[in-house]
This record gives sequence, C-alpha cells and structure tokens, in this order.
Amino acid sequence: MTGWALIAALGATTYALRAAGPLTAGRLRLPRWIDALLPYVMPAVLAGLVVTATFATDDRLVLDERAVGLAVAVVALVLRAPVLAVVVAAAAATALARALG
Amino acid sequence: MPSVAGIDRTVATIALAVLTFGISFGVLARAAGLDGAQVIAMSAIVFAGSAQFAAVAALDGGASALSAALAGIALNSRYLPLGLVVGRSLGGGAAGRAASAHLVIDESVALATDAEAGVDEARFHLVGVTLLAAWLAGTAVGVLGGGLIGDPADLGLDAAYPALFLALIWPRLRAERGARRAALAGAGLAAAGVVLLPAGLGVVVATAGAAAAWHAGGRPHPAAEPDPAEEAGP
Repeated sequence: MTGWALIAALGATTYALRAAGPLTAGRLRLPRWIDALLPYVMPAVLAGLVVTATFATDDRLVLDERAVGLAVAVVALVLRAPVLAVVVAAAAATALARALG
Repeated sequence: MPSVAGIDRTVATIALAVLTFGISFGVLARAAGLDGAQVIAMSAIVFAGSAQFAAVAALDGGASALSAALAGIALNSRYLPLGLVVGRSLGGGAAGRAASAHLVIDESVALATDAEAGVDEARFHLVGVTLLAAWLAGTAVGVLGGGLIGDPADLGLDAAYPALFLALIWPRLRAERGARRAALAGAGLAAAGVVLLPAGLGVVVATAGAAAAWHAGGRPHPAAEPDPAEEAGP
C-alpha cells in the first residue's frame, strides 16, 4: 500500500510540475527568486540523501560499513571513474567490509 | 554517423546510460520492498531517475510514503522551469501538449533547445520517447533480475544509493560554488533532521539548503551545466 501511495503522490505532482509550462503555452512566469534557487535544489537534496542513506539508522547518526562504500565512491569520483563504476565500487566495498567484519 | 529514425549517436549513448540505470533502479526498488508491478508503474508514471532513486532510498530508510514522495518532488521541481522552456513551442492542441508534458526531462529539453533556433519539437519528442522506452525496458530487466537476489545488504546495495547521488551532483560540485554551498547546507540540514525530526523528514528539510546558494551569483553559468551525455538517467 505504501508503494502505491508513493507512486500516486509523486506521479501526480511530477506531472503537474512538467505540465504547467506546456498547458499554459509558456505564459506562466516564475518569481525571480524561485527561478534563481531551483537549480540548487538538486545538489541540496541529493547531498542530504547522501548523508541520510550513509549515516542514518532510525533517529541516530552512525558510522558503519556504508561509510566505507561512500569513501570508496569519493576516491572513484576523484579518479574520474564513470558513474556506474563508482556505484559498483561503493557497493562492493561495503559488501566486503560486512563480510570481513 | 548514420542515424536510424533520427536517433543519432548522442541520443543512442544517452539511451544506453538510461537503460543501465533503469536496470539498477529495478534491482534496488525490488530490494527496497516494492513489488514488480509497482516498480514498473513508477517508472512509467514518474519517469524521473534521480527522484525515483531518492524516493525508494527514503522508503528503504524507513520514511513514510509522504516523506519519500516529498524528497522526489523536491528533485522534480526543476521540471517546472524546463516545462516553461518548451511550453510555448509545443503544438498539437491541449491534448497534444498534455501528452508531450510527460516527456519533459533534462535530456529532451537540453537536446531539443538551441539558443538561436529555439525548440525543435520533433527532436524533443524523439529524445523523450526514446528515453522513456529505454527507462522502462531497463526497469523491467532490473525487476526480473532483482527477484533473484538474496539479502541486498550482503551485496552492499544500500551503499549504492549515496554513491549514485554523490556521482550525480559531482560535476556541479566541481564547477559551481553555489552548488557546493547548497550541497553542504543540504547535508547539514539532513544530518540535523535525522536526529531531531521524525523518520524520513531529514531529506525533506535538506531542500532548504538550496537557499545557501543565494549569494553565490544567481543562475549557474551555462558552461558549468553537466554534459547531457554524462547524465545518468531521465
């Protein structure tokens, strides 16, 4: 049930965001401050997700095997590895840390 | 480079990347507990890679459906200005525009828009439909493969999310001070939110981190925009 509620809420809102321009034939104008800040929502939210997905366990911040994966991802990114290689390396590092731990 | 039905090398390269990330999404979404029909419906209805990964990651971390949706909605807020860019140029009457709106993604707008020539509607549709097909096909393959995986934690799949999210913003973190400020603020707000707020809301408050870019000088420089060919998903 949670899954369908998520799909309905995210799907309907996403469509509304996409369709506002086409359905008003581009006549809609955004306030300047919204126009200026929207490009920065993505780095803010994804960086927030990096923190929660790596360090959050319930309502605490913990350092566990996921942090090993993130550290490996940073190294891979600095070495300019392609995105898929970064993701696979991080997952493999975390899996290895768990197997050894 | 010969093209088939107008699909040139650039579009084919991006389609391949989208297909690959569709597979990853199918696997991870199944591991997060969604059933196969839900995962495929999500890719068809939402059609937004980073938001789908974000929502599923939030769900996997114990967030409610609403919190998970809000995380995805924050990421998809960028479709509002993208829709405004192409909105004036789409034909086909109200019904045609309503259908075309579903194809508003970063790649379709970027590849169809030329600073001088304006919006190429045929190319917008070509890129949008091709990537929707690639995203759905990848998701379906991932769903089938994901059903075969045992405990996702044994494979470190939970560490795939943060690595992916960091990789997606990495080019902008290198190029733009505003993006670095927004990311730092978002990370700090999310960390505080984990400790102080109900489960899943940490990601939602991270949205406010965008305000930290306020004094970094308005819009990102066009040259700092990520190359669409290096983007990971729709």
